[in-house]
Amino acid sequence: MQRLIKKLYYGDIPDAGGGTAPSNDQQPTTDWPLWEVFIRSKQGLDHKHVGSLHASDAQMAIENARDVYTRRQEGVSIWVVESKRLTASNPAEAGELFEPAADKVYRHPTFYNLPDQVNYI
Amino acid sequence: MDSHNLEEQFQHKIDQEIKIEPKDWMPDAYRKTNIRQISQHAHSEVVGMLPEGNWVSRAPSLKRKVILIAKIQDEGGHGLYLYAAAETLGQSREQMINDLHSGKAKYSSIFNYPALTWADMGAIGWLVDGAAIMNQVMLTRTSYGPYARAMVRICKEESFHQRQGFESLLVLSKGSEGQRVLCQDAINRWWWPALMMFGPRDHESTNSDMSMKWRIKRKTNDELRQQFVDMIAEQIKVLGMTLPDPALRWNAIRNHYDFGEINWNEFWQVVKGNGPCNKERLEARKKAWGQGAWVREAAQAYANKKNTRTKAA
Amino acid sequence: MQQALLDYTLYLSDNSLILGQRNAAWCGHGPVLEQDIAITNITLDLIGQSRILYQYAAQLKGGDATEDSLAFLRSEREYKNCLLVERPNGDWAQTILRQFLFSCFQRELYTQLTKEKDSTLAAIATKALREVSYHYRWSREWVLRLGDGTAESHTRLASALENLWPYTGELFKGADYELALGLDPAMLYTNWLSAVQSTLKEATLSLASFASCFMQTGGKTGIHTEELGFILTDLQYMQRTYPGCDW
Repeated sequence: MQRLIKKLYYGDIPDAGGGTAPSNDQQPTTDWPLWEVFIRSKQGLDHKHVGSLHASDAQMAIENARDVYTRRQEGVSIWVVESKRLTASNPAEAGELFEPAADKVYRHPTFYNLPDQVNYI
Repeated sequence: MDSHNLEEQFQHKIDQEIKIEPKDWMPDAYRKTNIRQISQHAHSEVVGMLPEGNWVSRAPSLKRKVILIAKIQDEGGHGLYLYAAAETLGQSREQMINDLHSGKAKYSSIFNYPALTWADMGAIGWLVDGAAIMNQVMLTRTSYGPYARAMVRICKEESFHQRQGFESLLVLSKGSEGQRVLCQDAINRWWWPALMMFGPRDHESTNSDMSMKWRIKRKTNDELRQQFVDMIAEQIKVLGMTLPDPALRWNAIRNHYDFGEINWNEFWQVVKGNGPCNKERLEARKKAWGQGAWVREAAQAYANKKNTRTKAA
Repeated sequence: MQQALLDYTLYLSDNSLILGQRNAAWCGHGPVLEQDIAITNITLDLIGQSRILYQYAAQLKGGDATEDSLAFLRSEREYKNCLLVERPNGDWAQTILRQFLFSCFQRELYTQLTKEKDSTLAAIATKALREVSYHYRWSREWVLRLGDGTAESHTRLASALENLWPYTGELFKGADYELALGLDPAMLYTNWLSAVQSTLKEATLSLASFASCFMQTGGKTGIHTEELGFILTDLQYMQRTYPGCDW
């Protein structure tokens, strides 16, 4: 493995004992569950993932999301879902999942050449 | 695929400016470096709430009071975004907080300096947030996706922090003699610690710099520091105040301001825990967390009861 | 009449400011980051309310009065806030319960004020009511969590109730300026009590032992607890030390 950085930047001071690794003595956490937050920024738009937070229950998650992610009127509607209930695709399978779509150029309108006088199609 | 191959692919992605996302393969050291850096950044935001928090009850006008509260609250929010970004790498927030409290994890030394007068609120906004923003703007392009996204959000919100600081000092600079004294004194005390926020000189590092190679960082300490000095040396003219550095002068050949040597002994002493407020800051965090334990437990217990009742019904 | 309206407006703004000032002490010290941010939002709402009300009071008072002169240059005996809001933060249970009892009251009060003939107060109440409704909801949920959470949280909430209940009576006892404006707060009591009672019941707490509780009064007419002097010392320090400056 390559040598690790010894160079220091703001926010990057070595941990006590010179170690660079985060704690490995992982204990069972008593953190409240983690939730993913989705916000609709205005009527007519989709909800969009904005980040996550901790909350003891769904109601609190909504309220925390309101306080954390909409302090500047960023939203008109909030969805929350417990992070552990999300299923994500595996990046290692990205090739087989997404690359087959790459050569289907005929799905895009620009694939078709129409005479200039045909408008509005 | 062997790990050498994976690593090559990983570096290729980085070189192509493709962001790394939580579930992507990454070298262990990349993961650890990010956890360390993001959590230190988060701790800095949260500890950074304390010096300014001291002045909330004493803010000189209601307008300044709400501005200050909103700013400190933003810092809490930024800590939260950053903890969440680090959690995507597999570290729990509780673990990160425990590492802070045990002294294992660090936070920015700047917050170990005391906020002695009201003018310090202005100086912190202008100089400390100003220095932090240089670093943070760079980090919006960092290679780890969740960190970069958190930084974009943070930079958007931070834009008022430095402005309110400068504006608050501007009012002092145009005020009474007593206010001008407050203003100059705060600048004198915060200038050098603000320069220290960029870290040691570049030439003090001889090791290969993975952080640059991995594009976690994109500019060196000295580059960012120079950029900061050039900016502040101009802005201070508007305040009609001075920076406490006799060596500060424009260098037409370099096209930059020259400036004096930082007291590196002080820098390392504060990093090692001997700053004026290291103990108070850590104690305050531990106290808040410790006294909050029964609250967090109660909410969890209540949620569990409610779940059980819903299932039974 | 003008004097009564001024006093009443100051009463409303002092309530919001003092509770805001109290809650603000949690900023950076909350039990968990998310709730630190939550209570600070409430703080900002409350201080925001006090500013609009002081601005209105300054207009009523005339001369060179401003929101800041009213907040920073009146003394202990001139402050009219109810005693409840100046009670110490204590632990999270005491802060939550103080917020709940007060928000529940403020919700009733502002609902009534939206119909007030003074159009400025009515407009302020309409805006503030949205904020207060959220404070009520947030603090109510926390009362439930603490009351029906763990044995420790239950005990702490019960003891907060014992500490704070004697300061609730004053809210419904009309001061001269309230009665002069025909705004007798006694009218709000029934609704307030039923909301408080049902919440406490759900939180597995009871008011039974408080049936003959002796109620502390005086805040609304400027006779405070010893706490207020300390609050104002902090609050007013800068304006008293550097008089006549802009900030």
